[in-house]
Amino acid sequence: MSQYLLSVWHPSTGPDLSAEQMQQSFADVGALNDKMQAAGVWVFANGLRNPDSATVVRVSGGDILVTDGPYIETKESIGGFWVLDCPNLDAALDWAKQATVACRVPVEVRPFQPDDITIEEILADAD
Amino acid sequence: MPTPTEAVASVFRAEYGRCVATLIRFLGDIDIAEEAVQDAFTVAVSSWADGGVPPNPGAWIVTTARRRAIDRLRRESQRDAKESAADRLIAVTSPTPSEFREEDFVPDDRLRLMFTCCHPALNRDAQVALTLRLLGGLETPEIARAFLIPEATLAQRLVRAKRKIRDAGIPYRVPTAAELPDRLRSVLAVLYLVYNEGYTSTSGPLVRTELCREAVRLARVLADLMPDEPEVRGLLGLLLLLESRAVARVSPSGGLVLLVDQDRTLWSSALIEEGQALVRWCLRRGAPGPYQIQAAINAVHSSAGSLAETDWRQILALYDQLMIVAPSDVVALNRAVALAEVSGPAAALTVVDELDLGSYYLFHATRGELLRRLGRSADAAAAYSAARALTANPAEQEFLSARLASVSS
Repeated sequence: MSQYLLSVWHPSTGPDLSAEQMQQSFADVGALNDKMQAAGVWVFANGLRNPDSATVVRVSGGDILVTDGPYIETKESIGGFWVLDCPNLDAALDWAKQATVACRVPVEVRPFQPDDITIEEILADAD
Repeated sequence: MPTPTEAVASVFRAEYGRCVATLIRFLGDIDIAEEAVQDAFTVAVSSWADGGVPPNPGAWIVTTARRRAIDRLRRESQRDAKESAADRLIAVTSPTPSEFREEDFVPDDRLRLMFTCCHPALNRDAQVALTLRLLGGLETPEIARAFLIPEATLAQRLVRAKRKIRDAGIPYRVPTAAELPDRLRSVLAVLYLVYNEGYTSTSGPLVRTELCREAVRLARVLADLMPDEPEVRGLLGLLLLLESRAVARVSPSGGLVLLVDQDRTLWSSALIEEGQALVRWCLRRGAPGPYQIQAAINAVHSSAGSLAETDWRQILALYDQLMIVAPSDVVALNRAVALAEVSGPAAALTVVDELDLGSYYLFHATRGELLRRLGRSADAAAAYSAARALTANPAEQEFLSARLASVSS
């Protein structure tokens, strides 16, 4: 089993949906969560507040600097995500197809590093 | 008698994909499988020079490749104290692989590999490169040359694609019936793209024979593996019928010869017969798709002994059908060519002028032809020059220059 991150990409200004559409989307996502839990793939999922609510912390010149976020201003940003346990990419894509329908926005599927990954492997992949 | 090296080369071309596909199943890793198969062919060069080509060369390669891979993995795991990928692989592979026999080949292995190479999570360039490399056995420099990209770029593309297969967990399997139509489309598109790139290479010589041949070979393999899929047979029929005219399409000096000007005695009757039989099979199945219809259009051309005998009404009807199952401006442009023959160039020009294909050289070339036939020489000349500016293929440029000269005098 591998873990996959399914990230949900909203316009940074907020979802472009009417109140009714948003309510339906919430209901669809709720039903999908139930289905994922029943299938035993669900590890975690939640929605995020708007990127305006973010704060960035970083080391700068020996100090730790705290600034108003987000870290990068982009037109779209992550509005929420799932962490799923799936046997392979095809299984993760199957869930992502249902997720994008429920959320009404694009969903990116990205594998987590395996626990036993070595530094050599990470460096070899960095080119 | 072929020399041993030639014999190895021909076995390599015929058996490489099947051997790699089998080894991936045994070893669970594309890179290790590729290395093992290449090792085995290196051994074959000297071994077959002494003892001759074995009766089942593919099975011989798999047996040798398995033994070499396991030897190599053992050596590597001895060097490395900690548990390595090699140990895990040895654990799942038999320690002393027995003789692999011809009947041990699993047809699905190659099909699995085709679907893995053409997985929609890989971009089209990567799909094409992987298919030619892993299934066609084409070397990296050969593929790079065929697509006119630097070798390093192509090598990088292959490394990235194989890494994505591994890291993202793209499975090595044949899709389920529900996914099949979508996934098959991607495999067919890759084979068609390879053929088309060979048929009118982006620049350089008009035709890159090796790409065309490889696309036909892989389409045959796919048709053997999925004999009941109408679109697979449709694609094979289409490629065979296009290929039947390959010789007539190029002049002795390497120039482009249009269908209307081709010497039909140069067409390959064997390929036409095979392609037309596939089209008839598709018609009986009654499940038309874009490749089958294009094959049928080409079958109509192939059955005309001369240009005058061409059944343009039939071709137009097939294009009408193609516009229903796979509408696009490019299809509409091709349909207009048939329409010109049925209803005259003026009717066709009205249709063509509606299309939004300003950056497509064949749009301007087709307009040029229609305008020339309507006697509008100045407009035709402008269209031919627009077309010439949009193609990088020297043979096509030369053809358009000649057309331009013919309307300018």
